[in-house]
Amino acid sequence: MPQDLKLKAAQKRGIHQLGGDELVGWDEVTQGVILTSFEGDASDIAHKKAEERNYSDFNSYTATVAPWRVIKPVFNRDICIDCQNCWVWCPDSSIISRDKQMLGIDYDHCKGCEVCSQVCPTNPKSLLMFSEYEELDVALSQWPEKKKKEKK
Amino acid sequence: MPKEKFELNEREVWDGNYAASQAMRQAQVDVMAAYPITPSTPIVENYGSYVANGYVDGEFVMVESEHAAMSACVGASAAGGRVATATSSQGFALMVEVLYQASGMRLPIVLNVVNRALASPLNVRGDHSDMYLGRDSGWIQLDAYNAQEAYDLALCAFRIGENHSVRLPVMVHQDGFVTSHTAQNVYPLSDEEAYNFVGDFKPVDDMLDFSRPVTYGAQTEEDWHFEHKAKQHKALMDSRKVIDEVFAEFKKLSGREYKRVESYMMEDAEVAIVALGTTVETARVAAMELREKEGIKAGVVSPRVFRPFPFDLIRDALENVKAVGVMDRSSPGGAMGALFNEVSAALYTTPNRPLVSNYIYGLGGRDCSVEDLKEVFRDQKANADAGHITTPIQQFSGLRGPKLGFFETKRS
Repeated sequence: MPQDLKLKAAQKRGIHQLGGDELVGWDEVTQGVILTSFEGDASDIAHKKAEERNYSDFNSYTATVAPWRVIKPVFNRDICIDCQNCWVWCPDSSIISRDKQMLGIDYDHCKGCEVCSQVCPTNPKSLLMFSEYEELDVALSQWPEKKKKEKK
Repeated sequence: MPKEKFELNEREVWDGNYAASQAMRQAQVDVMAAYPITPSTPIVENYGSYVANGYVDGEFVMVESEHAAMSACVGASAAGGRVATATSSQGFALMVEVLYQASGMRLPIVLNVVNRALASPLNVRGDHSDMYLGRDSGWIQLDAYNAQEAYDLALCAFRIGENHSVRLPVMVHQDGFVTSHTAQNVYPLSDEEAYNFVGDFKPVDDMLDFSRPVTYGAQTEEDWHFEHKAKQHKALMDSRKVIDEVFAEFKKLSGREYKRVESYMMEDAEVAIVALGTTVETARVAAMELREKEGIKAGVVSPRVFRPFPFDLIRDALENVKAVGVMDRSSPGGAMGALFNEVSAALYTTPNRPLVSNYIYGLGGRDCSVEDLKEVFRDQKANADAGHITTPIQQFSGLRGPKLGFFETKRS
């Protein structure tokens, strides 16, 4: 399933809104608003995949920063050719891809900018924009047919 | 460690700029990012030559503006180095945005500020406009009245700011030209004594610690910003204790004593002047002469530490006098002078509530003579005898043209 990778992080500590629900007093905030990105020693994280890293609650990996999205990209696995174009262009690292296989969208961080859909080269596109409130299976059932090339 | 040893005499003839630059060398500042501006240029220029000639193992970073200078200092300090720079006036004004960043991120940068007027009209001479501009920036502000103090306080600044319970940036102020360009006797510490006093830099949350990556410069909105600012203010207020400890330790080492509020002839004083910078020494001469020749019991009180403002010590120093003249060397921009307001607020919480009046003086380097300050003392004596302020509450001292003043005391 596309969201598996994010769910791993969510199960660990829960995806939360940036800023958090636990509002502490002035005596408990960090000195200088300096925030650690990882729990514990992070010396050997460079070669680890994101879902294997021990991100702290201060890191935006464990926080959703997408509540203001109004349209969302929907991914159609049946058409995708795993070209990785969307993964390269996404400005928010919200295309989840492993071993050069496109897995889906990280909806906790996607802002709905539509770049992935624009750069998708398949016919019809494997990524299309729908209303934030559209159910995924409904969106997939409305997928357009392949466009025929017009003869000149 | 530096390759070359700098030869020092027990007594040197240094101006304030050179004295400050020697303190930067002895503290072995790792990074100085700087943009030159009169009258503080020689501080950063000298540090650059110390680096080039092997007297400091550090980096001198040339940048395109003071905004960039302080930004680079923030970066270097966050990375985990001992960082310092210098500026004045317009350059200080351009730094202001980043000054708030430095204090908010709790970075113990040392900034030598050679006080100079703010344009317009353009002026390179000394007044306290730039020092006042920094007063809400969350920095500790130390005020030197001469070259020796510019040197001593610069060394103390590292110790105070880098203390792990403080972790705040520190400005060391000296007056443009009168201190910065006047050669005076200065007794430096040896390099070993000075460095041992300042100590090795011990980083906190340094970005070059790759085992613990950190984010600097987070955004906080209405749900978090207030708590962070309150914590920062608490740290600044609590730094008073550390400042006292560092001054006490410096006295043991050098024999030179500093207090957060300096008092001169205040034991039996009936009237007092409160001032900052080089005016303090002039006022002391005026007080001494008035006592000898006119029998006026005059004294001088001066904040050594402008921020955190020594509300308690100012009150202790002045509560038993009858009248106080507070000297503000900055155009007040449609208000009473800042020092007047703060001293008045402190004295309002005393039973005696001395009479306090305000003098705007010395703007753009206008000379403030012993005689000018004697006049202020005589005004205070008249106020003390009358039991009310006999002049406008705010006056301009040393100004050409008709007398300029504002507001009278309300009397029933």
